[in-house]
Amino acid sequence: MTEVSVAKEDVAATGDLVVLKSVNKHFGALHVLQDIDLTIARGEVVVVIGPSGSGKSTLCRTINRLETIDSGSITIDGKPLPHEGKELARLRADVGMVFQSFNLFAHKTVLENVTLGQVKVRKKDKKAAEERARALLDRVGVGAQAEKYPAQLSGGQQQRVAIARALAMEPKVMLFDEPTSALDPEMINEVLEVMQQLARDGMTMIVVTHEMGFARSAANRVVFMADGRIVEQASPDQFFSNPRSDRAKDFLSKILHH
Amino acid sequence: MFDFLSNYDDPSLLGAFWVTVQLTVFSAVGSLIWGTLLAAMRVSPVPLMRGFGTAYVNIVRNIPLTVIIVFTSLGLADIFGVTMGAPDNFETKYFRLAVLGLVAYTAAFVCEAIRSGINTVPVGQAEAARALGLSFSQVLRLVVLPQAFRSVIGPLANVLIALTKNTTVAATIGVAEAALLMKEMIENEAQTLLIGAVFAFGFVVLTLPTGLFLNWLSKRLAVKR
Repeated sequence: MTEVSVAKEDVAATGDLVVLKSVNKHFGALHVLQDIDLTIARGEVVVVIGPSGSGKSTLCRTINRLETIDSGSITIDGKPLPHEGKELARLRADVGMVFQSFNLFAHKTVLENVTLGQVKVRKKDKKAAEERARALLDRVGVGAQAEKYPAQLSGGQQQRVAIARALAMEPKVMLFDEPTSALDPEMINEVLEVMQQLARDGMTMIVVTHEMGFARSAANRVVFMADGRIVEQASPDQFFSNPRSDRAKDFLSKILHH
Repeated sequence: MFDFLSNYDDPSLLGAFWVTVQLTVFSAVGSLIWGTLLAAMRVSPVPLMRGFGTAYVNIVRNIPLTVIIVFTSLGLADIFGVTMGAPDNFETKYFRLAVLGLVAYTAAFVCEAIRSGINTVPVGQAEAARALGLSFSQVLRLVVLPQAFRSVIGPLANVLIALTKNTTVAATIGVAEAALLMKEMIENEAQTLLIGAVFAFGFVVLTLPTGLFLNWLSKRLAVKR
């Protein structure tokens, strides 16, 4: 297996990578994000959990502006999130995103999926892009599927390709929007293992998930959201053994005791 | 029985159908390009472009083709002096004007077929492409349109068949294609039914294989999800 560096060498360098300040967003009358303040340090793994409709996916999608915000500010690596246009595209290239429904390009092979962004956005030559793509596909354990089309792969394989596609851009931060929610139970672990490896390598990650096991083992911090607000933030140990808010206690009692 | 056909050699039956084929091919290529651009406008984030695309389609597809073709001759050529680069060659000038009219008209239908194809591409495909840092036009060219085209080959085949038959309207401005020759033959000969059958058969020969081929192609290229 080829070793591929996915995280920047300066992972140890401190500093805030993603900063959200009093972010608000409405969907019509629904106030989905209410005064969100959140700071993610370089190299930190933050897991966002909470009941359905609490705004955690929306929060994740605002960070690369797939959802616009009504007020507040978001900065990434010191730069405020630009409006539409070339600036925004450049920023998105630095922010990797993994979706619940994989969203691999259905008309392209696995290999083409992982090279497209490198060639068209990073302007790498095709050969170098393919080399890196193959190395990344090996790394996530789907190297043998490079010539296949997404529809020929299992859900778990598709999601691992999607992770490789995002990593190929050498992102500063990776966003995971419920990456295992659309998977059959036996495929969840293969995806989580790839994510855990990534966390160990020092990648900055924001993960929206229902996988409490992953939160316990890989997260530096758990952010609990309910009704569009951040209700509680704590280390995983503290959060799972001793939640402070009633809302979190109620949530954990519903998901942990059966 | 078919003796009368030998009385016609400028154009001959095959020559006239050759003009029909040329009208069809040039108009098809032109309307595919212009129709795709219109579809891109209709899904673009710029309101002005969306407005133009919508207005164009709704105006042009509701005007009879005959009116458009006659306008290219009586309006564009005679009033505005548009000669399409051939001021002295009437044959070329009216051929090109007919192609222009056919492209303008057919593009509206191509646009709507492609736009319905764009709507079949799951929104997540475009989101993933944007998340990689691709620009709007790259998202459209590299991810959305290639999938949209594959899902609308069938509807586009319908448009192409309609276009092939619509080229007969070019006869109204004197382009020497099949329908003009048919009119001439009907005036001169006493075998109306036979003439009608010959030309009907000619068009079926052109359109039937097109339809069958594109149907096969559409199955072959279908995007598996």
